[in-house]
Formats: sequence, structure tokens, C-alpha cells
Amino acid sequence: MSDHVDGNALAGDLREIFAVDLTVATGQCAGCGYRGSVATLRVYQNAPGLVARCPHCEEVVLRLVRAPGRAWLDLRGTVSLEIPLSS
Amino acid sequence: MARAAVSGRLTWRVSSLASSDELTSSARRLVFEVPGWPGHLPGQHVDVRLTAEDGYSVQRSYSISSAPDGNLVELAVQRVDDGEVSPYLCDVLTVGSQLELRGPVGGWFVWRATDPAPVTLVAGGSGIAPLMAMVRVRALEGSRVPFRLVYSVRTPEDVMFADELRRRAREDPGLDVRLVYTRRAPEGSPEPPGRLGVATLNTYGWPAEFNPHVFVCGPTGFVETVSDVFVALGHDPRRVRTERFG
Repeated sequence: MSDHVDGNALAGDLREIFAVDLTVATGQCAGCGYRGSVATLRVYQNAPGLVARCPHCEEVVLRLVRAPGRAWLDLRGTVSLEIPLSS
Repeated sequence: MARAAVSGRLTWRVSSLASSDELTSSARRLVFEVPGWPGHLPGQHVDVRLTAEDGYSVQRSYSISSAPDGNLVELAVQRVDDGEVSPYLCDVLTVGSQLELRGPVGGWFVWRATDPAPVTLVAGGSGIAPLMAMVRVRALEGSRVPFRLVYSVRTPEDVMFADELRRRAREDPGLDVRLVYTRRAPEGSPEPPGRLGVATLNTYGWPAEFNPHVFVCGPTGFVETVSDVFVALGHDPRRVRTERFG
């Protein structure tokens, strides 16, 4: 499949919700255990929301759906996110 | 600058088009004046939002091609004929018109001038935009970090920033620029047109032993092929950073 972009494309929508850039966070896939930067996820935009898949096993690791005045963030495919913080 | 670019939640800013010039027959250089722009790092992008009178809105991400310059932000927009946003930006939006823009965003596909590692940049088509920002910031900061840019285009007329790249290849010490033509090469070109392959990337990029940063930006298929080649050539996959634009 080649109709995807990188996790970089999530930066704006995630920064609208979170105070830090989550695309530089390291996530662990609940499907295969792969660890990698959120920026390296495969993002599919041709859906009612944004669907991010693991670049290793293609499991859905993050979904973000927007509606006027709210957003749903589904992270059930992510074990954890390690987020760099400036000390 | 870096700090300003990463702290606090992001909001849309009403921005106005300050100038619009032709880059190629199918792409334009659009410079927006963004009130309160906090500065950006080369490689970051913005989201642009257009809203119709009936409330329908659509948004797209564009890489910033300029070095930080006050409230000005330059985008290189390739016209996608059946696109919803790019024909409007290229053909309808006039100087002084307003739209909503937010950014800068993305901290991963970013080059930092303080990093001494050599850099290989590979662009396909309008994927040159964020790499152009890196080349410009390098010059602005007086950096001597060795840069090699490999830029794949269909024909000589598709080269964006052609004059500036020619000038910089001559004047910016430590910057090499290699153009690769896939459909038609200029007259007198030593090589026939062809796809960017292993041999070219091996010859004109830095070898894996130098532990360079590699930034690849272009259409999805292009990015996939090029990043696979670098990994096969022994580069650490974590140092091969990509930006696909679908």
C-alpha cells in the first residue's frame, strides 16, 4: 500500500490537543512490540479520521477522529509513549 | 527559537499572502505574513486551512521552504490538478488574501545547525521544500557541516529554486548539489535520464561509515525506494528520516 504519509503529518492535529510535540515521542506497538518514533508511523488520511499503523506489523496503533468542538483519540494499539520533556 | 517552536498548544492564525511567484509551470512560491510567528526549525511544516462560506473546511500540510525571517513563511506549492487545496492556493489566492495557518509543527524531520554530522538530502519533485529550508539555514548560520543534495526531477523545467541552487552550489562552501532527471535530461548532460538508483545514491550521498543524517522527502513511492536503498547500503534506519507527501 502506498497511499500513506508519515507520522509527521499528525504533528498539527496532536499539537492542537497536547502541549508538546508527540511526533518525537517513542511509541511501542501493542501488536508486535516494535518501538519507534511516532513520526515514523504510517498515517492513512483517507478515512473519517487519521489512522496510524505500525511500520513493522501494520497494526493500528493510533486513531484520531475530529468533530466540531471535540476530538477522539484511540490509543489502544499503543502500549506506551515515551515523551521527551525539556528539563 | 527552538523553544518557542515547541512549547504551548497550537492555534490557527489568520495569515495573509505577501507574495506569490512562479517556481515552475506547475508550482508556486507563496510567502505568507503570519502575525506572531515564533520562528521555526528547518524541516518543520505548517497546516493550512480553507473554510467555505457554508462552513465546509479542508486542511493540508505544507513544508516550510524558507529560513526563519520574522513573520514571513515561504511554502513551495505544487499544483495537483484534481486537488482541493493546491489549485486554490496557486491560481485563486491573490496577494493580500487571508487564510488560516498554524505551525510550526513536527520536531522529527528537522535539521539542527548545532549537529556536526554530515548530511545527505534527497528530494523528489516538490520534496525539495523542507530540504531547501535546511540548505538556507546552513548558509545563514555559517555552518560548515558538509551537505550533499540529490534532487530528482522529471525534466530540467521541473527544478524548483533552480537559480538559487546553482548559485549556492558555487558559493556555499561544503554544499554539493546533484540533479537527477527521470524523463528528460538537459542537452549535453553526461547521463541519460533515469530513475534514481543505488549507484547514484551511493555515489552522491555520504557513505554509511560517515554516520550521516539522511533526510528524504518526496512522493510516497519515491521515499520508500530511496530509504530502502540507504538502509541496504548500511545506514542506521534511525538516521534515515523521511517525509512522504502521499
